[in-house]
Amino acid sequence: MDTLNNQEMIKVNKLNKSFGNLHVLKNINLTVKESDVVVLVGASGSGKSTLLRCLNFLEIKNSGQIIIEGEQIEKDTHDLNKIRQKVGMVFQHFNLFPHMTVLQNVIEAPIQVKKQTKQEAIEEGKYLLEKVGLGDKYDVYPSTLSGGQKQRVAIARALAMKPDVMLFDEPTSALDPELVGEVLATMKELAEEGMTMVVVTHEMGFAREVADWAVYMHEGKIIEVGSPNELFDNPKEKRTQAFLSSVL
Amino acid sequence: MSAITHFFEIFTGSIDVFLDGLWITIKLSVVSLLIAFIIGLFFAILKISNIKILQWIADAYIWIVRGTPLIVQIFILFYGLTDILLIPMFWAGAAGLAFHSGAYIAEIIRGAIQSIDKGQREAGRSLGMSRGLTMRRIILPQAFRRAVPSLGNQFIIGIKDSSLVSFIGMQDLFGVASTMGSNSFDYLPYYLTVAIYYLLIVLILTYVVNLTEKKLARSD
Repeated sequence: MDTLNNQEMIKVNKLNKSFGNLHVLKNINLTVKESDVVVLVGASGSGKSTLLRCLNFLEIKNSGQIIIEGEQIEKDTHDLNKIRQKVGMVFQHFNLFPHMTVLQNVIEAPIQVKKQTKQEAIEEGKYLLEKVGLGDKYDVYPSTLSGGQKQRVAIARALAMKPDVMLFDEPTSALDPELVGEVLATMKELAEEGMTMVVVTHEMGFAREVADWAVYMHEGKIIEVGSPNELFDNPKEKRTQAFLSSVL
Repeated sequence: MSAITHFFEIFTGSIDVFLDGLWITIKLSVVSLLIAFIIGLFFAILKISNIKILQWIADAYIWIVRGTPLIVQIFILFYGLTDILLIPMFWAGAAGLAFHSGAYIAEIIRGAIQSIDKGQREAGRSLGMSRGLTMRRIILPQAFRRAVPSLGNQFIIGIKDSSLVSFIGMQDLFGVASTMGSNSFDYLPYYLTVAIYYLLIVLILTYVVNLTEKKLARSD
């Protein structure tokens, strides 16, 4: 990735997405450079999750361009399975595979998709679980874990594919308050290692501490972009001010 | 009292012939339910595909099976297969039963697949797994777990329904009971006997299904 240093990891041009008559994303432009941590904030229904889901093609755009690592990705000309390997995703509700143990969750895609040997995948899987603080939980099923532990397994599972970008869709919203910290700490560590991250979150403290850029969305549009301190302390737009005064 | 002794004599005296019938019933049930399971899985996947024509084919199949009595299906397949294609009676019977159970199993599997949270599919796809791989490795294993009670129930129905092949002349459990009954004009003891055999089969199968359910529940 050295060659791409400070290069554009993700670039979005005039992205539009509708669900039926509902126009959810309106002419979105966004650039995420390598090692950037970008937080998307905004009220629910503002389109931030849909934007994130468009970035790894869980939702397919109606128009506009999505450029990943310099290459414009189209559903018809690209193998989206390949693209998704570069763009990891962490979900609000974890979506761990309940019929597999923690370690099986982590090694499933490396073995099935990347065709790693089982031994190699297990070695790396254990290393990643160690890293997210779950080195003693390899062999348990997800149902025995707390929400915070589940989300850390989900992060390890996404990392096992060695993605270039990680997308987080409200990763702490489904957690009990006392479990939020452990997940944010894992994410912060990841950011410090230089992972490129796009995070939909309501955690303003995390945004201030970790993010390089904050993006405020409202009704399917990007209203304002700035450093978190700029955006949170001196928002230029009235709508940003209104939103912030309701959440801070 | 003498009626009970009489029944007991018939029960013990007919064990040999009924064991022959039992063997046919078991063979027929196992073969037909295995085929039915494959048919069911196939049509379940057609139904959840996004391709209209495949959905129609699955709907038509399920409509035909649900809309006609099993005995009619067995007779049509029996005369169709044995007269025209010269297929042995056993396979004609198995085909009839599989054709029938397959439709119900298709609906059970489809329901189970659709009951799996869509986040599971998304998690698989987000890791770069293809549609097929996600279905095979993530969705189906969970769907089968969820379907075990209903599938077990359908298997029990399938075993009991297999008695209808006696009408195309097969000497399964029920066929044996009918033959013995009409040969001796002593119907009741033979039908009581065959009822006991079916009860025992279902008792064993119920136990196996419950055991399977418990075993699969260990991840919950």
